[in-house]
Amino acid sequence: MIRRISITILVTACFMFAGLLLLAWRPSIAPIDPPSPSTFSPELVAKGEALSAAGHCASCHTQPGGQPFAGGYRLNTPFGAIFGTNITPDPKTGIGVWSLEAFTRAMRDGVARDGSHLMPAFPYYAFTKLSDDDVKGLYAYLMTRPAINRTVPANTLPFPLNIRAFQEGWKILFFRSARYQADQSKSAEWNRGAYLAEGLADCTGCHTPRNPLGAEETGHAYAGAVIEGWIAPALTEANPSPVPWTQEELFTYLRTGVTSLHGATGATMTPVIRGALALPIVPDSDIRAIALYLSGMDRASARANDVDATTREAVASSYVSSDQAENDPDAARYVSACMSCHYNAGPTPLASRPELALNSSLMLAEPTNFIQVVLNGVTNTETVSNTQGAPGLVMPQYSSLTDGEIAGLAAYLRRTRTKLPPWSDLEKKVAAIRRESMASR
Amino acid sequence: MTAFDLNGKTVSVQSPDDAALLWVIRDELGLTGTKFGCGIGFCGACTVHVEGRATRSCITPVAAVAGAKVTTIEGLDPTGNHPLQTAWLELQVPQCGYCQPGQIMQAATLLKDFPNPTDQDINAVMAGSVCRCMTYIRIRKAIKLAAARMRGDASHA
Repeated sequence: MIRRISITILVTACFMFAGLLLLAWRPSIAPIDPPSPSTFSPELVAKGEALSAAGHCASCHTQPGGQPFAGGYRLNTPFGAIFGTNITPDPKTGIGVWSLEAFTRAMRDGVARDGSHLMPAFPYYAFTKLSDDDVKGLYAYLMTRPAINRTVPANTLPFPLNIRAFQEGWKILFFRSARYQADQSKSAEWNRGAYLAEGLADCTGCHTPRNPLGAEETGHAYAGAVIEGWIAPALTEANPSPVPWTQEELFTYLRTGVTSLHGATGATMTPVIRGALALPIVPDSDIRAIALYLSGMDRASARANDVDATTREAVASSYVSSDQAENDPDAARYVSACMSCHYNAGPTPLASRPELALNSSLMLAEPTNFIQVVLNGVTNTETVSNTQGAPGLVMPQYSSLTDGEIAGLAAYLRRTRTKLPPWSDLEKKVAAIRRESMASR
Repeated sequence: MTAFDLNGKTVSVQSPDDAALLWVIRDELGLTGTKFGCGIGFCGACTVHVEGRATRSCITPVAAVAGAKVTTIEGLDPTGNHPLQTAWLELQVPQCGYCQPGQIMQAATLLKDFPNPTDQDINAVMAGSVCRCMTYIRIRKAIKLAAARMRGDASHA
């Protein structure tokens, strides 16, 4: 009896597995001769260039310091390292022999020309929303880039995650191929913003937490997530910044990477802004639209009441007198090492003086971003797209402080600049982040 | 190999990426006006300007200033006559002099942000620049003197 049931279960499992493999199969699309660049109109290529900028394709398909779109960018996922592919029109190592149909299928369904499934590190689940015209524009832009012969390193996903056919299971569970549907109750600008944010810039890709299988938790859209050791904050009303993210603040931030009422970009958000959204070819109107869409999400206008009072209070907290520092070693360290740059006099902070009491790094549930900045500093680099923080401001590295000293500073600032509950296990967290920083060097 | 602008000239250094800017400036580039005091960013003796703003060079890796404009005390003014420098001389601010280049560089940023600084502004921005000879009273006076002159004369704004 047990034997019969076991055999039935085993046979059913085999059939389901075979069924999965059958469902996973996709036809290979015949290779074409690489199209001559002259077959694409300049208008279409320009349209594609603007879309590629807003979609920051280069940030995942270009290795830092490498040739544009030639791949090799290492994305560290919880499942292993995935390397961005070469999407230049090179026939052997890039997408030179991909027809528009093959390209469209990759963007919409996550399937490569040869029929293999693409890893959802490539956000085809967002790009599936793009219109036909936009996909054509992107194709035209990419096929007219310089062809670079470059083979990218292989992904380091362990078995069975490296079996691409199994991605079909992931798709069955989590993916529907569908174009963007406008919300008729909202303005054209809002819909444009939603289309760009959801379909192209894929903000949710970093700002939505993922389940253990790597799919976005759609019930917690934009609730924030940890990306490469930094927190991508919530974009909903759970965003803890004391000053709400209005359309104007978001527009300034996405165009310049810094606002005096919020702070500056860091970590992997920096190339999204400086290498993509801030590029002149992306029109102001598109960034305004994205800003409108996101400001609605965080209900900024409903909360934008007391910005002046909040700002004044924040600035007032930036001064620590010698009396205050006398019996508090953490306050004394702040006076010695931090106040000269972080002090502001009223009523609003200077853009060149990052105001800690308005900065999300002190407001998030975890001290991760604060610790990262203190340990690693905020640096200028030769590539514009990787220049962290506010333009022209370099914060040195305070890695010379001990774990306990950084923990003390974090606790002190959390206590004096916010009204939020204290962070837990600070010293352990500093030690852990320091270890990871050293390991990744 | 890092290239940056030092006092108006492009330099390219061989020091490794994680070498402190302080040692690159002093040892590789030979400008010894910038001093070592503590090596951990707590005394201000190593203060230089990066993109015109006071930055502690002992804890800034040289890679962090790639492509940026770095100014040392030697380059603050082409003839050494920045209003802070003349005020410093007039009021006989330095005693041993060791901390003073860092004090002056920090004060220059103070005056850029706060052209008419209150005592609190001076405390806040200068408190991290320590002086073992305790010339603080003269430092404060010289800052106020230089500030007044800079407000009256637009060429150093």
